[in-house]
Amino acid sequence: MKEPIIVFDHVYKSYLLYKHITGGAKELLLHLPRVLRSIKNSRYEALKDMSFAIKKGEAFGIIGRNGAGKSTILGLIAGVLKPSRGSVMVKGKASALLELGAGFHPELTGRENILLNGIILGLTKAEVLKKLDEIIEFSELSEFIDQPIRVYSSGMLARLGFSVVAHLDPDVLLIDEILAVGDLDFQKRCIDKMMGFKKSGVTMVFVSHSMPDVKRICDRVVWIDDHIIKMTGIPDNVVSAYSQQ
Amino acid sequence: MNSRIRHYIDLITVLTQKEMKVRYKSTFFGYVWSIAHPLAFALVFFMAFKIVMRIQMEGYAVFLIAGLFPWQWLSNSVNASPMVFLGNASLIKKVSLPRHILPLATVLQDMIHFLLAIPVIVLFLFIYHKSPSFSWLYGIPLLLTIQLLMTYGLTLIISSLNLFIRDLERLTSIFMTLLFYFTPVIYPETMIPARYKALVLFLNPLSSLMISWRNLFLDGTLEISLVAVSFAYSLFVLMLGYKVYTRLAWKFAEVL
Repeated sequence: MKEPIIVFDHVYKSYLLYKHITGGAKELLLHLPRVLRSIKNSRYEALKDMSFAIKKGEAFGIIGRNGAGKSTILGLIAGVLKPSRGSVMVKGKASALLELGAGFHPELTGRENILLNGIILGLTKAEVLKKLDEIIEFSELSEFIDQPIRVYSSGMLARLGFSVVAHLDPDVLLIDEILAVGDLDFQKRCIDKMMGFKKSGVTMVFVSHSMPDVKRICDRVVWIDDHIIKMTGIPDNVVSAYSQQ
Repeated sequence: MNSRIRHYIDLITVLTQKEMKVRYKSTFFGYVWSIAHPLAFALVFFMAFKIVMRIQMEGYAVFLIAGLFPWQWLSNSVNASPMVFLGNASLIKKVSLPRHILPLATVLQDMIHFLLAIPVIVLFLFIYHKSPSFSWLYGIPLLLTIQLLMTYGLTLIISSLNLFIRDLERLTSIFMTLLFYFTPVIYPETMIPARYKALVLFLNPLSSLMISWRNLFLDGTLEISLVAVSFAYSLFVLMLGYKVYTRLAWKFAEVL
């Protein structure tokens, strides 16, 4: 059997609500006892006792209402967050696709941003340069590629961002609600690309509100509700239960 | 392992380049702006101290220039530091990359500007019938390293803490202004009254470094004791910065 590549073992994640501290040093100093007390009490539980394992090469979907804790799960897998209790194990290189175009700067050209974004997402400069033409071609933005991206539309930005991601070489791909942008034609190509990733054995964690996409891409789906796992199973069952609630 | 290091270097390079490019995009005079600021300062202090208050000193203008340019590097980086992590919120929340690279890119970018401004110092030396010295060949890299460690340490402390206590942004600019006047940049250390001298020279971590820069530029001399003191301070500040950063870094994504 295939080995698990991502394992959540009784993971809890709670956030301190920092409003008292960000209120400033004055607030902190003048009302120290009260502030300390309120810090203790103002924890926000984003995930409670969450355990699951994702196998190598699996396409794993996460669905649930806004604020249920889906993005927190991705943050934990990407390694930008640490669990408060329990453990998160990830084998291999996780490419976060939590947001397209991480690090894009509006004043730089499309070409410069591809380089910047590609390196930020884990490629070396030589690797990006080797794939540069392919990336530009995939984005269909060659006309605008030497323009600063502040002149791009939001759909064009998403295309540029996805084109970089599509040419990464990750072990784990984290995808958070990215198919909502771009035109139909581009959305279709995104899906195709993701199917290609799936075929080549990349593990995918896919967060989406688009149930047809979830059904099409995922092998297994987890439904998160109120910070706990409500249901896990094959896409058809989980999606229909979720839609009927 | 090798490709990890390669990627690390690429990351630093591309982020520094980005800051350079962004700084000069859609500006007409570009490079001129990075030397205009210290030059304008030099002019103000020259007016105030040489022309109005008549400080008794030969070559006060070149004296000012030799001190203000290195100071400018430090103050630019430190003043930018509160915004380093704050302004890169999307990167910190969404991508797992070594975040300590972000302040490093800021400091390196200001360092490059300082290096590019050295010809201006040389120009002023020639105007005052002085010339660059051979000791620059080892003196500049040495002081450059010390100041890089020091500035990076300060930047790490401020940029990390500012995520948790946002007042730090205001405090930093006040603190830097105070520090400027308590550092012998616009006056020679010999003019400090005897009973404050030890205070300004050795309790202020920047004094020995700034005096060293100026001596190096003006006379080509390096005083070992000053270099040693500034090196010790810079190591201390860097270690402190690294400690503060590692204690807080895992919480960055939560507070942004």
